[in-house]
Amino acid sequence: MTSGEYAVILVYSTSYAIRAEKVLLKAGIQSKMIPVPRHLGSNCGVCVRIERADKEAARQALEAVGVEIDGVHDI
Amino acid sequence: MIYFDNAATSWPKPPGVAEAMTHFLDKVGANPGRAAHRRAVESGRIVYGAREAVAELFGAPDPLRVVFGLNVTEALNLALRGLLRPGDHVVTSSMEHNSMMRPLRALEGGGVQVTVVGCSPQGVLDPADVEAAIRPDTKLVALNHASNVVGTLLPVAEVGALCRERNVLLLVDAAQTGGAYPIDVQADQIDLLGFTGHKSLGGPMGTGGLIVGQRVDETQLEPLMRGGTGSRSEHEVQPDFLPDMCESGTPNVVGLAGLQVGVRWVLERGVEAIRAHEVALAQALINGLRAIPSAGSGQRPGVTVYGTLDAELQTATVSFNIVGMAPSEVGLRLDDEYGIMCRVGLHCAPTAHKTIGTFPDGTVRFGLSAFNTLDEVGAALIAVGRLAQEAR
Repeated sequence: MTSGEYAVILVYSTSYAIRAEKVLLKAGIQSKMIPVPRHLGSNCGVCVRIERADKEAARQALEAVGVEIDGVHDI
Repeated sequence: MIYFDNAATSWPKPPGVAEAMTHFLDKVGANPGRAAHRRAVESGRIVYGAREAVAELFGAPDPLRVVFGLNVTEALNLALRGLLRPGDHVVTSSMEHNSMMRPLRALEGGGVQVTVVGCSPQGVLDPADVEAAIRPDTKLVALNHASNVVGTLLPVAEVGALCRERNVLLLVDAAQTGGAYPIDVQADQIDLLGFTGHKSLGGPMGTGGLIVGQRVDETQLEPLMRGGTGSRSEHEVQPDFLPDMCESGTPNVVGLAGLQVGVRWVLERGVEAIRAHEVALAQALINGLRAIPSAGSGQRPGVTVYGTLDAELQTATVSFNIVGMAPSEVGLRLDDEYGIMCRVGLHCAPTAHKTIGTFPDGTVRFGLSAFNTLDEVGAALIAVGRLAQEAR
């Protein structure tokens, strides 16, 4: 079930995005790698999309294992 | 047919390596990190999976500090040329391969100071000699883990401990040991580990890399090349984070797909088990070669074996010469008459040959792998024994 309301986590490179995806999967948070929306800039070509409701849990899960985040934005 | 040239490149590869490469070419094929469509993401996952496998094998805590490249030569060039500046001092050994020695000699021409610590004629390095060579301006100790000529293992963990005491970085060339001898970059206190994919890691040629430890400040590491990384695309300057800063251009994903499977095979079988098998093969080979009598008399040894003669102190690479027969002739006849493939002559390591006393003629080198058997060793010993009877 998805709410249709998303946020994206920006990271520094594709490697970081794949690592983030793995960490989130382990934490039980659904995610998908998508192209970075144009208005958010393009630090790296891909970012990780999550449910808006999971923003805090995702941030905590990623920070706990030291995945550096470049920003979290609602889309 | 017996393949004993594994010290140059391993063959056969573990099951599944070729299939993984074919799968990538046939079913995935996309460029990793350059787009976000499903196959680009799958390609990125393959590269990341290879990073994770390599990090796990070598005890590296962060897969993103595994920098991939062509081979260990590129990795050593990156570490040496990336870190050393004019005026820096570096300590190395007399058993190094040219992949270490040539970049160092070139840097020496640019003002880097190089001390080469001598090893014994068996290729043994005394850590005390390394300690004595370390100076206040020493930045790096750079050693191979095992000689590609005689297989002798260097005491990298002991050197690692003293490097920490003296606040010096340790670079290790694991070309001959990665996947064949236990390595843990944290326990062994290795700051930079160069590895190659196509030997005991079971991967294809064109894969390798450098593990950059936490003590290395990557902002002080100058990349060998700059270019597209799929990250920071709006900037015209190179990214400053690992691994992207050192991985410009489209990577060898087809090779890394194979490398991942090779490393997983090593992990599954266990480096300790592989090592035990290779020690048994190497000791049987060393003992058998030493027992071969010379032509005619039968009293004098017909074969000179180099190194420590103790398989526990070396890899499964054994160097020898038949008394009275040039290595080149031995190599040709082993191939032509017995179907045994090995390498003869100088093995890209002139200083190592000088150290063990085989310069400029070189040696016959049998490089064994996890896939060789005691039967093959037995057959090779019979062949060498016959040739020794024909030597003059």
